[in-house]
Amino acid sequence: MSTIEVSPVASRTGGQSYRVINDWSIQVATVNGSGSQTANNILMRSIFQMGIPVSGKNLFPSNIAGLPTWFTIRANKHGWIGRKKEIDFLVAMNPETAREDVLKLEPGAAVVYDAPLKLNELRTDLHFYPVPFDKLVVPVCPEVRLRKLVRNMIYDGVVGHLLGLDFEEMKKALYKQFGARKAKAADLNWNAIQAGKQFAEESLPKMDSLWAERMDKTAGKIIIDGNSAAALGCVFAGVTVVTWYPITPSSSLVESMIGYLKRLRIDKETGKATYAVLQAEDELAAVGMVIGASWAGARAMTSTSGPGVSLMAEFVGLGYYAEVPAVIFDVQRVGPSTGLPTRTMQGDLLSNALLSHGDTHHPILFPSDPAECFSMAGEAFDIAEHFQTPVFVNTDLDLGMNNWMADPFEYPTKPIHRGKVLTAEDLDRVGEFARYRDVDGDGVPYRTLPGTKHPKAAYFTRGSGHNDRAGYTEREDDYVNNVDRLSRKFETMKKWIPAPEMQRSEKASIGLVYCGTTRWAVEESRDQIAREYGVETSFLRLKGYPFTQELEDFIHAHERVYVVEQNRDAQLLALMKLDLPVPLLSKLRSIRYYGGMPLDARTVTTKFVEQEGL
Amino acid sequence: MSAAAAPPPKKVNRIGLDVLPYKGGKTTLCAGCGHNSISERIIEVLFELGIEPHSVAKMSGIGCSSKTPAYFLSQSHGFNSVHGRAPAVSTGALMANRDLRGIVVTGDGDTASIGIGQFIHMLRRNVPLVYIIENNGVYGLTKGQFSATADRGSKQKSGVINDMTPIDCCLMGIELGATFVARSFSGDKKQLTNILKACVSHRGLSLVDVISPCVTFNDHEGSTKSYSYVKEHEMALHDVSYVPYYEEIQVDIEEGEVRDVTMHDGSHLRLKKLGRDYDPTNKRQAVDAITDAEKSGEILTGILYMEQGRDTLHDMLGMVDEPLATLPQSRVRPGPEALARMMEELR
Ligand SMILES: Cc1ncc(C[n+]2csc(CCOP(=O)(O)OP(=O)(O)O)c2C)c(N)n1
Ligand code: SF4
Ligand SMILES: [Mg+2]
Repeated sequence: MSTIEVSPVASRTGGQSYRVINDWSIQVATVNGSGSQTANNILMRSIFQMGIPVSGKNLFPSNIAGLPTWFTIRANKHGWIGRKKEIDFLVAMNPETAREDVLKLEPGAAVVYDAPLKLNELRTDLHFYPVPFDKLVVPVCPEVRLRKLVRNMIYDGVVGHLLGLDFEEMKKALYKQFGARKAKAADLNWNAIQAGKQFAEESLPKMDSLWAERMDKTAGKIIIDGNSAAALGCVFAGVTVVTWYPITPSSSLVESMIGYLKRLRIDKETGKATYAVLQAEDELAAVGMVIGASWAGARAMTSTSGPGVSLMAEFVGLGYYAEVPAVIFDVQRVGPSTGLPTRTMQGDLLSNALLSHGDTHHPILFPSDPAECFSMAGEAFDIAEHFQTPVFVNTDLDLGMNNWMADPFEYPTKPIHRGKVLTAEDLDRVGEFARYRDVDGDGVPYRTLPGTKHPKAAYFTRGSGHNDRAGYTEREDDYVNNVDRLSRKFETMKKWIPAPEMQRSEKASIGLVYCGTTRWAVEESRDQIAREYGVETSFLRLKGYPFTQELEDFIHAHERVYVVEQNRDAQLLALMKLDLPVPLLSKLRSIRYYGGMPLDARTVTTKFVEQEGL
Repeated sequence: MSAAAAPPPKKVNRIGLDVLPYKGGKTTLCAGCGHNSISERIIEVLFELGIEPHSVAKMSGIGCSSKTPAYFLSQSHGFNSVHGRAPAVSTGALMANRDLRGIVVTGDGDTASIGIGQFIHMLRRNVPLVYIIENNGVYGLTKGQFSATADRGSKQKSGVINDMTPIDCCLMGIELGATFVARSFSGDKKQLTNILKACVSHRGLSLVDVISPCVTFNDHEGSTKSYSYVKEHEMALHDVSYVPYYEEIQVDIEEGEVRDVTMHDGSHLRLKKLGRDYDPTNKRQAVDAITDAEKSGEILTGILYMEQGRDTLHDMLGMVDEPLATLPQSRVRPGPEALARMMEELR
């Protein structure tokens, strides 16, 4: 909306020269631990239920209570659900940040604020709506203890009225959030919303031009965070052993999975679990358990973030070399070291791909939205078990912890794939078993599971040198043969890695390559570049590593290819430089952002335009 | 030398197997290494008890000791993992397949240093497995540096004296939740065999710290883990014998002389008094006895502590009775209606 002139005197009853409909962002500034999350979710849901594409992003501190947090809701009629930097509507509830929050706004923005903060004295080019929250909360919430929480609901009522949200939808959203069991709490909060609405009706004439209008662009969609989506994906992929060690932003993946498992995976007859979840003593143990469990035949996974991945290095190398499946979700946060634990980054691409000493290579999947978190969970297990190797699913804080409007998940059509496992009957049939022999010429050997009752089933798993019968060896030829086979196996894997999503425009000489959540900024940026600069671009969104032929072909077909990613060191580009034919490399350019916020389209556009000299 | 000190070739056990499947590859450890004797005891015990080789998972970390699973039970799956991390790998394997019998062999470097965190957490989870520490007071495989179990005042081959307090894994085991804790000596065939048999019968985690001299780096004068030192200072708490559930008890118990413990599988553990009366179910007494022995420079061996009936990891996890690893798709993938229900809730 920064490109539109705002009339400062527009009012509800008349004089509105224009309206900005379904294209704005709201930012709610609060203190963490004040329970504003519920109010924010209800606001977001109300917009969603009105059929308007919406996204919500929580910017929170690494702290339990008392520090500033900001929640941004973006409504966009075109369906752009990436982050937008400019704030059109501020709800200033946090005295500590209010001043700075207000000073940062573009002229013409609207501000709902706690009346005693007197923010209206700061600027004259904004639309100010003072609300006496403390006064309004008293009659609706006699219990003093609850006022801090209920107070937040009042801004839902105020904002809802000012934007013209449908209060029936808001009521639905509220009661859905609280559920039947907390009906009393829901009533209390509904009263607070109505108090806000009533106050706004009586005392706050509309001055800004932001409006919500019903659309039909969210029909059939769901709202979910990526971690929950991945968790559900694992549950439907038939996960049996789950281990973890808490770390932001990945904890909620296993925590929500525990909830789903309890609902969906308890044996009806016996009341017992068809899974095991264990909180380990550290990530090293967590991944060690996964390796042990997968070796014994379970579908096992763990979930972590950068610091945990660093601890897992030795075991992941063992998994690679001894050929043991493992599924590792890496919900990336800003590093190095502890870094910014509550900010997002695509910072572990190289460490995922090459983790551990010696020559190692690991497959990675790159989900970009909740639906892919769900489906790729299943693919990750199939790849891990077929190729008997650790697989990373590389998501990030933005995808994992924020609520996303998403397509509903499709029930898996393919049966669970357990890979080349020989049973006792198979062993009778084939006569001979050599654990690391390349029987099929694809680099992928056969394995047996412990407990298989057959004199030929056993083999000895080790991370030290081994020949094709799993016997100890230090011979040069045995070593080389084995690691060359591992390379062949990695090559075969390309057939199993999901194909990239791409669009090659005939007119475009420039391509954009990216993965994961970078998608949302790039899709919108391509639209900006086309509209504002008349430049058409093609795109290729990687869904996994190792890279497949499509990537090479795509680079061939363009004059220049920008690799867009969220880290300082151009890690995706570096990986491409390692793997792609040298003649292609001179075509590659880099666009990077690494400030820890979800990437936004304008940043991509600006950096693109700069490099292209447009 | 081969790790198997052979029972006569044709002899078969109660499940009709001769000893061959219980043996493993030829050992590559030094001749006379205590670890070899322990491998022999494992072979003997599992053969005599008629344990099905395919039901065993042999697990280890890294070290001379951790190599030994290659030298016994050739028809069992084995996993020589990474240094100190056998507890995690074993815990995972047993979560995946609760029917497996986990036999874990580690070194004192594995257990008391790099992997001590995992060791402790495995204890508190009462993971149902047999955990053997082949304790030589040094890092054998990296050529003789002190381990954390080296006694204060013990001398390294180079002459360096250890000044630091040793870690007593048995004491730690008792404090932290192990439900069967024993100490033995690789040179004490009879005691070690009977203790290992009791471990096989125990439901829960059994921990055996076996003093196992390193002939190459820690068998000299001044070492407290040498054969001669251990022989001189070993003090057995009791005479341990074991009667498996499938055999009749032959001798009557002499009142007051023998403590008879019925184990989970119906086998009998018989502890014959040697000198003082010792009740291995008394935690405080166990801790006192170990601490006293340490003060007087004695190496206390025997069954130090046992507790029957505590929930194992499997009980705590509430898993189905069958191995999770091989549950069919119909039991691990909820139906389409379940997904439809979840989607509806999120609309
Ligand atoms: C991460 C790591 N650090 C160091 C080593 C080197 N290393 C191999 S075995 C060993 C110690 C072995 O001592 P112990 O566990 O007591 O076994 P022993 O050889 O005495 O039987 C060490 C330090 C290693 N393999 N891995
Ligand atoms: S170095 Fe010591 S521990 Fe290792 S095999 Fe030789 S005697 Fe045994
Ligand atoms: Mg040692």
